[in-house]
Amino acid sequence: MFDRLIEEAPRFFTYYNMIFVLQAMGTTLLLTAAGCITGFIFGFIIAAIRATRDPLLKPLRFLVIVYVEIFRRIPFLVTLFIVMFAVQIVSRNVSLFAIAVLSICMLSTAFLSEVIRAGMESVPRLQIEAAETLNFGFWRTQFRVVLPQAWKVIIPPAFAFMVMFIKDTSLASQMGVIELTFTGKSLMNRGFSPFLVYGVVLAGYFVMSYPLSRLGAYLEKRLASA
Amino acid sequence: MNYTLQYSVVLQQLPYLLGGALVTLQVAFLSFWLGAVIGLFGAVGKLKGNRLIRGLINAYVVFFTNTPALVQIFFLFYALPDVGILLDPMTAVVIGMTVNTGAYLTEILRGGILSVRRAEIETAEVLGMSHLQSLRYVILPHIAKTLFAPLSNFFVWLVLGSSMAAVFGVEELTGRAINISTANLRTIETFSVVALIYIALTVIASAALALVGRWCFRVTARIF
Amino acid sequence: MPLLEVKNLAASYGALTVLQNVNLSIEKGEVVSLIGSSGSGKSTLLRVLMGLLKPNAGEVRIDGEKVDYGSRSSLKSIRDRMAIVFQQYNLFQNMDVLKNVTIAPVEIKKRPRADVEREAKAILDRVGLSAKLKSYPDQLSGGQQQRVAIARALTLRPEILLLDEVTAALDPELVNEVLDTVRELAAEGITMLIVSHEMGFVREVSTRVVMMDKGQIVESGTPKEIFENPREPRTSAFVSKILRH
Repeated sequence: MFDRLIEEAPRFFTYYNMIFVLQAMGTTLLLTAAGCITGFIFGFIIAAIRATRDPLLKPLRFLVIVYVEIFRRIPFLVTLFIVMFAVQIVSRNVSLFAIAVLSICMLSTAFLSEVIRAGMESVPRLQIEAAETLNFGFWRTQFRVVLPQAWKVIIPPAFAFMVMFIKDTSLASQMGVIELTFTGKSLMNRGFSPFLVYGVVLAGYFVMSYPLSRLGAYLEKRLASA
Repeated sequence: MNYTLQYSVVLQQLPYLLGGALVTLQVAFLSFWLGAVIGLFGAVGKLKGNRLIRGLINAYVVFFTNTPALVQIFFLFYALPDVGILLDPMTAVVIGMTVNTGAYLTEILRGGILSVRRAEIETAEVLGMSHLQSLRYVILPHIAKTLFAPLSNFFVWLVLGSSMAAVFGVEELTGRAINISTANLRTIETFSVVALIYIALTVIASAALALVGRWCFRVTARIF
Repeated sequence: MPLLEVKNLAASYGALTVLQNVNLSIEKGEVVSLIGSSGSGKSTLLRVLMGLLKPNAGEVRIDGEKVDYGSRSSLKSIRDRMAIVFQQYNLFQNMDVLKNVTIAPVEIKKRPRADVEREAKAILDRVGLSAKLKSYPDQLSGGQQQRVAIARALTLRPEILLLDEVTAALDPELVNEVLDTVRELAAEGITMLIVSHEMGFVREVSTRVVMMDKGQIVESGTPKEIFENPREPRTSAFVSKILRH
């Protein structure tokens, strides 16, 4: 088995194959980054909506809770299928990449909104009351008082979720999005040994995820002592 | 945009889908308990083992928590036959998910054991309880309290994660959904019904676990 | 016309009635203290006045103008005219002292930053904190934090200042530095509504003392009347219990 790998290696580790893999890693990172950025923005909006108390906004609060609970309770693969076919009813010209981005954004919004909400709830209610008596509006209170105190609680678990999103994007390969896992499959179809191919793919994921995990663990310690 | 939703064809297949849900639960259960055994050994090894053992366990945890389970299973499924190990899809999936679960549970259980040590020392100092008393009144409730929420969340996550078995042709819930939708071409209807089944499964699982926690360990866990 | 007038005010937390039939009026320049055992509704009255808890009935008038606690603009205007200092100081933990004091006048009242900072520094100097402008709340003692909180309220130039048990959370040796600050404000003629358990202090600074019990006002009068000649048995019971310490 090993002689086969050694014999195959020079053919596998060529410049073009490696560029191919690196590009695929770029796509995986791009998918994850899109998910994280959208997830933070919409997750914050959802968490903020859930922090409102106005009885008029009750239906809106209910809707966002339903959204969050749905997307935290169905498998990402199922989300991908639903988004893909729903989008194709509307238009046939949407790229697979765009569908994958949309799906990961829906997932990340649901999960990150919970992380952000937990962070916001860690800020004492009295801080919000003080802002209220100073005539801060709702959004000013969120941006000037709540978020600057909540981010210490938000950041460490957010990193864990970023790693989760990197791993979840591998399922987009099943829709035909040419990211790292898909590239592994196509290299295997070109006759390379699965040992070599999936070894490299696993290493690729590890190289992307591990620094984030370490950074998250480091920040968790740092922020807890600060 | 002329698409009319037709659910009747999917609803006829409901028993078939629910059978798939049963397979989903089987996969999740099997991986959870087998993974828990690995996790327990891992946690104890990480706390009590020598440098070499700790290093090996660390490498195991770090590797499996930082790479996708899907690709790990691809590796098992496609690479192992090269060395003469042929796995059927179900076995490959369960092995992959078990090894993954073991890595996560090593960390979760280690946290639980560490927190018990502190509680044990504190009560021993403060109350002067006997060993058995502190086990009964302090340590077990403490373990239950710290570990219950992360473990039940993890189980829900496994139920969802097991859907990747469909990629390898296992006929669990998602796999059966793919089967049906390729036959009836009602993908949205099929998958929205399947999504509802997953939601029901996870809500029932969380609720059941929360009730168990409340009755047996007096833990008040959130379902939502 | 009284500066603040409260008529038949009632409020509740859910089913629990915490204020009923409260009548109170405060003239400009008065220092009114609310006394009574804990749970008598003193702090709740301040919370209702600031719009942190909606009243169920009754009305509040400021300068003769009725406050509508359901309307955002009316709420905004009453919070413009009254400021509150909390028991737990409630300084913003993410801002330094100067920022805590200046943020509302600059960002909400849109006054020029240079003016506000000059005024804030003068006020902080008066409460003895000119050396702490760049400190964060967690670097200050409770007494210092509370004086910053008073400075924050004063920089808003309120017509009425509400003080909600401002020394209750402080270590005993820090109580006086805060009370001294409040004494000075009283001497300057700032209108204040004070909730306090420091009876010596209440007796000294108040122009009027109001006794509350079970969400209602029992009686009100000059400090001398309340502390030496209470008319109501509930007041005399409370006063004798407190003064015995």
